[in-house]
Amino acid sequence: MTSLDPNPISAPPQEHARPDARGRFGAFGGRYVPETLVPALERLERGYAEATASAEFQAALVRELRQWAGRPTALTRAERLGTAWGCELWLKREDLAHTGAHKINNAVGQALLAQRLGAKRVVAETGAGQHGVATAAACARLGIPCRVYQGSLDVARQAPNARRMRLFGAELVPVDINGQPGTLRAAIDEALRDWVSDPDGTYYLLGSAVGPHPYPRIVRDLQAAIGREARAQLLDATGQLPDAVVACVGGGSNAIGSFHPFVGDREVALLGIEAGGDGRRHGATLTRGRPGVLHGTLSYLLHDEDGQVLETHSVSAGLDYPGVGPEHSFLKDSGRADYLSVTDAEALDALQEVCRLEGILPALETAHAFAGARRAVTDLRDRLGRTPRILLTCSGRGDKDLGILEDCLGTGEATR
Amino acid sequence: MTRPTTLTPAEAVSRAIRTPRHAGAPAVVAFLTGGFPDLDTFVEHAVAVSQVADVLEVGVPFRDPMADGVTIQRASHTALDRGASLARILERLRARRGELGCPLLLMSYLNPLLARGLERLHDEAFACGIHGFIVPDLCLEEAEEQVARCREAGLAFVQLAAPATPDARLARLCDASSGFVYAVTMNGTTGGAHAPADPLPHLRRVKRHAGALPVCAGFGISTADDIAGLQGVVDGAIVGSALIRAIEAGQDPADFVRALRPAASRQETSR
Ligand SMILES: Cc1ncc(COP(=O)(O)O)c(C=O)c1O
Repeated sequence: MTSLDPNPISAPPQEHARPDARGRFGAFGGRYVPETLVPALERLERGYAEATASAEFQAALVRELRQWAGRPTALTRAERLGTAWGCELWLKREDLAHTGAHKINNAVGQALLAQRLGAKRVVAETGAGQHGVATAAACARLGIPCRVYQGSLDVARQAPNARRMRLFGAELVPVDINGQPGTLRAAIDEALRDWVSDPDGTYYLLGSAVGPHPYPRIVRDLQAAIGREARAQLLDATGQLPDAVVACVGGGSNAIGSFHPFVGDREVALLGIEAGGDGRRHGATLTRGRPGVLHGTLSYLLHDEDGQVLETHSVSAGLDYPGVGPEHSFLKDSGRADYLSVTDAEALDALQEVCRLEGILPALETAHAFAGARRAVTDLRDRLGRTPRILLTCSGRGDKDLGILEDCLGTGEATR
Repeated sequence: MTRPTTLTPAEAVSRAIRTPRHAGAPAVVAFLTGGFPDLDTFVEHAVAVSQVADVLEVGVPFRDPMADGVTIQRASHTALDRGASLARILERLRARRGELGCPLLLMSYLNPLLARGLERLHDEAFACGIHGFIVPDLCLEEAEEQVARCREAGLAFVQLAAPATPDARLARLCDASSGFVYAVTMNGTTGGAHAPADPLPHLRRVKRHAGALPVCAGFGISTADDIAGLQGVVDGAIVGSALIRAIEAGQDPADFVRALRPAASRQETSR
């Protein structure tokens, strides 16, 4: 059994010491925000550097991750699914973490940071609701008042999470955009506006590896526990590294946390899976977008020729963000990682297969990673000339999605 | 309006603030959302307002306006829904350029500008009567290239100074600014839901750091009284959300701007 890293936030090896001092991952990243937020971001950057250098902070984080959040999470060999797909499949079980997704890793770390910085309140955005639930839970545990913004479309389609946030004492604010029910993007717009009105007393607990510097770095560092644990666990179990690491990409936090500890292992392919939606409308930022600036960062973006951000769609509320974390843009352009998209239908199909063969109900977001891995097996096998070993990040559990699944698949026998 | 040829567009903005139509009262910078309520009406408004304001600020509508409150958000969405875009706004302004009665600044979030191409925009600016830019999500650290390019072209690049801005940073910010320094009266978004206890100390601080460059206060300024209260503190006031609300209520925007003047001096003076 792998034990928890005593220093959960450890400096990456020098060659991967990104971002640079200006928050750049190559050409991407940076800090594109109104002046009002600059001093707050500078304070956050300093506070984070001090926290990571503090043995006391690291110890508190280890304690919370172990005793409360349930780390390390298991690594599960998926025998039946692997046999069906013709690969050796290993699942990193973030669905088993407290509150049901990887989002807790980031929420715990940043809530401790907020406390350390003396924040009077925390605001957060959420898409699928997993980040909102994780933040509400962490704030309850630390006794910090918490407000969560969620698009009203998402409040409705992820109703169980809305209820959980309220039980944890968070104030949940549904967000419309232009009179229409909003999604994650509208929630971030609103959370940023809240933060701008009280940059000193409020801590903005951002939920993915997006936004202005230093957020993409902080979230990456906190989520890197996923890849670090999995790497050690797989080496323990097999003596080998995986041939490919596969994860779904919304804003990109579970994917960057999974990829980052493998970036130096050149022989390990990194594969991010985006939301192909219904084919027409989608959330496939890296595969179908071009660089632009949204929510404080320069990264791939879904926008029209006038620079207006496009409407997106995905069956999963966590993958319909029109932007993506800047480090993924860097990994894409440098050729180190590959990205592809799968449709709503492919994700729903994969979800049922995982349920039947492994007794695991993954989140709809996670189902995209499964569908992408399934599609990637043939290529990997051809390239390697043998059965590929795949490490897949099971980013969360699908309990929150039962309503959508009922709508899409019917209540009784799932259709295949 | 005639301008000595030696004056750069940035200097023309500074001069318009320093020597307003109504001496003895702060200059008025009037903000209109480009393409609101529709492209044709907007450009009529722009021409009319430019005869009474000291500087006209035209905002490029953006769907995710980080620094704007509900009023400007709503106007932006309306404009976009009715076909506004940076290209169309520029087209309209170019056609009416000769009728504009005061210097014009283009306010835009960065992404629409990037999509058009910054170099191309600088070339187009003169033909459209644009004297400079305000880009609220391009903070000092990311703006170096823009600042240099504007300086070279003589265009204004207006920096925003917030109450949260520390003194050392404020000094660098004022150095990098041209046209004027935009002193944000409060933490928050335009429209002013969170009125500050007392914005004057911050405004005086910005004024001290700005040296020869004029200072205009903005965010949450909506009435003639608000503006009168700034007399002797800063050089001008920026009125945006209140003007949009007036247009929404069916008021004539030029009349609204005229009524922002101190009662004694509402008669037009020409320059
Ligand atoms: C289970 C799960 N996986 C993935 C995501 C996508 O986010 P990210 O790309 O930041 O990991 C979400 C977001 O809500 C989620 O709930």
